[in-house]
Amino acid sequence: MGTVAVHEVCKSFGKVRALDGVTLDVPDGSFFVVLGPSGAGKTTTLRAIAGLEKLDAGSVHLDGRDATGDAPAARDLAMVFQSYALYPRHTVYENIASPLRARRCSSSEIAAAVEQMSSLLHIERLLQRRPAQLSGGEMQRVALARALVRRPRAFLMDEPLTNLDLKLRVEMRTELTRIHRSLGATFIYVTNDQVEALSMADQVAVLKEGKVQQVGTPTEVYERPANQWVAGFVGSPPISLLACHAEGDRLVGAEGWTLPRPRWTTAEDGRALLLGLRAEDLSVEQRGNASLPGELYGLEPLGDRTVVDVRVGTEILKVKARPTVTGTPGERLLVTVDLDRAHLFDAGTGLSLSEAGR
Amino acid sequence: MAVSVDEAVSTGPARDHTPPARRLGGRGRSVLEVALLTVLAVVMLFPVLWMIETSIKENRDVYAIPAKFFDFTVTLDHYKDVFVAPDGTRSALSVSFLNSVVVAGVSTVLATVLGVPAAWAYSRFAVRAKKDQLFFILSTRFMPPVVVVIPIFLMYRQVGLIDNKLGLILIYAAFNVPFTIWMMKGFVDEVPAEYEDAAMLDGYTRLQAFWKFTLPLLVPGIAATAVFALIFSWNEFVFATFLTSSDSVRTAPPAVAGLIGGTTTDWGLVAAASVVFALPVLVFAYLVRKHLIAGVTLGAVRR
Repeated sequence: MGTVAVHEVCKSFGKVRALDGVTLDVPDGSFFVVLGPSGAGKTTTLRAIAGLEKLDAGSVHLDGRDATGDAPAARDLAMVFQSYALYPRHTVYENIASPLRARRCSSSEIAAAVEQMSSLLHIERLLQRRPAQLSGGEMQRVALARALVRRPRAFLMDEPLTNLDLKLRVEMRTELTRIHRSLGATFIYVTNDQVEALSMADQVAVLKEGKVQQVGTPTEVYERPANQWVAGFVGSPPISLLACHAEGDRLVGAEGWTLPRPRWTTAEDGRALLLGLRAEDLSVEQRGNASLPGELYGLEPLGDRTVVDVRVGTEILKVKARPTVTGTPGERLLVTVDLDRAHLFDAGTGLSLSEAGR
Repeated sequence: MAVSVDEAVSTGPARDHTPPARRLGGRGRSVLEVALLTVLAVVMLFPVLWMIETSIKENRDVYAIPAKFFDFTVTLDHYKDVFVAPDGTRSALSVSFLNSVVVAGVSTVLATVLGVPAAWAYSRFAVRAKKDQLFFILSTRFMPPVVVVIPIFLMYRQVGLIDNKLGLILIYAAFNVPFTIWMMKGFVDEVPAEYEDAAMLDGYTRLQAFWKFTLPLLVPGIAATAVFALIFSWNEFVFATFLTSSDSVRTAPPAVAGLIGGTTTDWGLVAAASVVFALPVLVFAYLVRKHLIAGVTLGAVRR
């Protein structure tokens, strides 16, 4: 078993509200990612679950039992810190053995467990070294081994891949997913990297300024963002947002353009709206019945594709195109819109108006 | 005392950063430097040298006019007199040295045992009005001992701690705890709290985490802090003079000072006693010098 439930947790540091009523339900065995920009309260959420922060309000339940007042040691959790927090005076072996030593395991048990972990993570030859003699990637593996050496209720990971270079990060991503699958344990994983979140998670919770914006599968969060902020935060290149309002069967943009009104929207006429368009739902190469006039602003070749920046009025639309696309800045062009995949948000509240009727 | 060492340590690297181009032509500058440093060294070291010389001169050489720098008869009689009384028993001075060792040692241990956990707590926990508390703790050091010695004398008289080694131990510890808290807080701040967080998740209690993972990293800082506390207790004169009177309780500073005055002063004995008094702290500081420098610079450098 390994369910973690956080209910209405609040935590302030001085005048800063780090967590403002955070509620999360982490099912047993899931890879649960907490995603948000820096300062969103992700780490504080993790530390609240771990028992490292005293809560101002709210509760933490582990396996259905209230653990709000429990000491970290009593919660039976393991954590990988962003800084790894390897004990500098201890060898790698002793670092990995530490959770077992704290629980008074016999030295033969410890030796077996450390050996198994070090071979799983390919760090056998590092066991007698000290943390200062390790590279970043090696430290990360040792920190991971120290967490995985036990079978706790759940594993907490605080941006464990952030300090690694890109290649290693991609490798470790695959490896973590593999480890999660083979252990079948609950992982709670904090990151500000949406690629990590979308590629690894069973469930994503998007956090902003200490408030949960949306919880769902990666597809749900990407395809049906609950509000304008989530839509803007998740996705690369970021979603383009255009101010507009509905008028009968048309959407009329603040810049003067018109598009057919999507069937699924319930917004009443005249209400200030934001039309959200993802780069892959726009095209400068195909023709369709819904299109926006604009002029070419710039090209960003990314190797496998090119992002075309198109200026519509004062807004810049990001459009995904084939790497072979060409053009000169200032050139007039039409951007075809896949309206079935567009998003509409209330310009005042930022909430999505797309969900109903889809 | 801490400040002077801080400065002494920090000027070294600072001077290294001076671009060579801005120096006055290399050799002229270095000759001037050496000359000035030599003058300074002579001024600083002459009293020490004279003390050592006097301590090994025979009495008639001590009083000789003109003073004898080199051609005097070497004797260790004064050192014998420091430890052995004329009747062959232990001298009052040797008892006072032993008292100094006990008082300085115990008060330093006490201040460290109380101050280090307090510093840890101030560094790690959200304490109400933390800055005010820390300022209050420091402010107890603002007063020179002579200001508080009379009230303390009166209080000690009430509780019977006058002329009592415990009395001196307590007052020295009380003076050293604030210093220890302040200096150690800097060292504890340098040790990431995440080591303790990680240890607690490993399954240790908070105190175990502190004891097993943070404390070993603080040893250099503790050594440096303890040396400063020890030097304060060892050298302290005002409280020792006012609060003790009998030879069996008196520490070395008032005991050595007591040798001066009266009808005649045995300068050879005073010098020998001073050398014996100065030696332990010098040796101790020399032994822990690595920790001392590492400790002081660690505390000074912010990451």
